Amino acid sequence: MHYALLCYHSEDVVCSWTKEEDEAVMAKLAVVQERLAAAGKLGPVVRLLPTTAATTLRKSSDPPLVIDGPFAETKEQLLGFYVVDVENLEEALEIARDLGRANPGGSYEIRPIGLFFPGQPAP
Amino acid sequence: MTDPAWIDAALTAARPQAVGALLCYFRDLDAAEEAFQEACLRALKHWPQNGPPRDPAAWLIFVGRNVALDQVRRGSRQTALPPEEALSNLEDAEAEIAERMDGDRYRDDVLRLLFICCHPELPATQQIALALRIVCGLSVRQIARAFLVGESAMEQRITRAKSRIGGAGVPFEAPGAVDRAERLGAVAAMIYLLFNEGYSATGEAVAARAPLCDEAIRLARLLLRLFPAEPEIMGLAALMLIQHSRAPARFDTDGNIILLEDQDRSRWNPKPIAEALALIDKAMRHRTPGPYQIQAAIAALHARAARAEDTDWAQIDLLYGALERMQPSPVVTLNRAVAVAKARGPQAALDMVEPLASKLSGYFNFFGVRGALLLQLGRAGGAREAFDRAIALANTAAEAAHIRQHLDRLMKDSVS
Repeated sequence: MHYALLCYHSEDVVCSWTKEEDEAVMAKLAVVQERLAAAGKLGPVVRLLPTTAATTLRKSSDPPLVIDGPFAETKEQLLGFYVVDVENLEEALEIARDLGRANPGGSYEIRPIGLFFPGQPAP
Repeated sequence: MTDPAWIDAALTAARPQAVGALLCYFRDLDAAEEAFQEACLRALKHWPQNGPPRDPAAWLIFVGRNVALDQVRRGSRQTALPPEEALSNLEDAEAEIAERMDGDRYRDDVLRLLFICCHPELPATQQIALALRIVCGLSVRQIARAFLVGESAMEQRITRAKSRIGGAGVPFEAPGAVDRAERLGAVAAMIYLLFNEGYSATGEAVAARAPLCDEAIRLARLLLRLFPAEPEIMGLAALMLIQHSRAPARFDTDGNIILLEDQDRSRWNPKPIAEALALIDKAMRHRTPGPYQIQAAIAALHARAARAEDTDWAQIDLLYGALERMQPSPVVTLNRAVAVAKARGPQAALDMVEPLASKLSGYFNFFGVRGALLLQLGRAGGAREAFDRAIALANTAAEAAHIRQHLDRLMKDSVS
């Protein structure tokens, strides 16, 4: 069984960290990650850029609405995520639209990734 | 147990919203600041015990208001104080207050606070000093260090700014849509000024002023969270992120400026660049270009070039052309000429620069660019003359040193 660990924190706070504070946190995390990687238990590790860089594709209308900013409804829950390698926002939106056609309802938040370690998921 | 570093960061992050709301309530900068300070003291006492509140800003506003009211009551009459439990047991009250505070109020409060700091009656340096004190909560000593003045001089400057605002009768009612758009423009300009105050530092001032750049970026992100669909704010944030991403490569070991084309690009910070490019993509979808977006797009073209010689100068020329039409200024034309020299050759650029002579006769960079173009055209005598003028007009030792490098190269070439 694979588990996804989704990182939640106050963005106000994390964005207020100085470069030194941020690097100290990342260094401590790296120690844990290395241990997991050595045990063959580490999958992809992702750090997202701030929600201010996010765009949301709302599928409730046809064609879906593109909205600036993060997904902010509380009725719905985060049920999964994709990682795609694209040239720009337009291409990412196109993929989200395709996925949206296959899967009715809900929204996709398109958030640029700041850090990506592909890892070696356990079999 | 709540981590003290977390509390510190949460207080900093909540400051603009909390002080903004308290200002709206008390209509007095000093009272709002004091109430916020008091609320912070309470937070330091309560949060480690009770855990952090769900919405730190709402908690601070609620407590700040109560504490200040309490003090007013205590000062005016011997009224019975509100029971201590009312203040110390805030779990339910805080959630309720947070529910009632809607986003519109919040953003008007923050805008009002920022707008008061960039009041048109204040000179730019006072606007920035006030914003650093009130919005960012920097100490007078920190601000004085950033501006390279004494602490008492800065204290005076801030006091004067506050009293001028007090005397100007700033309106406190919620701004309408037009007002809000105007304010947003003024606030964006103030944030960019703040950024440049940090970015333009050279030599020994770099370490003291660099935090101003971080602060400006933090404020732009805050504005963007309040106005997620404003393409010019996206552009402003992107522009500052890209410029700041070059910080590790901008100075040599002696503190001299390294020009963009000579910088070691592997030292540029990729994370803010990625964030900026995402913001520019978002802004472009709105199809309402503005000066910040265009400047950000120019910065992005530099950021995308792995080596200086890979820069898309033709595209930069076009973007400067758009900026010229939007915001005509001889300095923009001069910047465009640099791109034109790369894209279409030095003669085309020189033709563009010559008509600016009367307007830019006191601008060091005009003669620097002119000298470099003449040099490329093989007119060494004219180039030397222009470089001499540039050195005479240089504002800082770093500027003069840079031009002197050109002159030295000229001398070497004429000998060989």
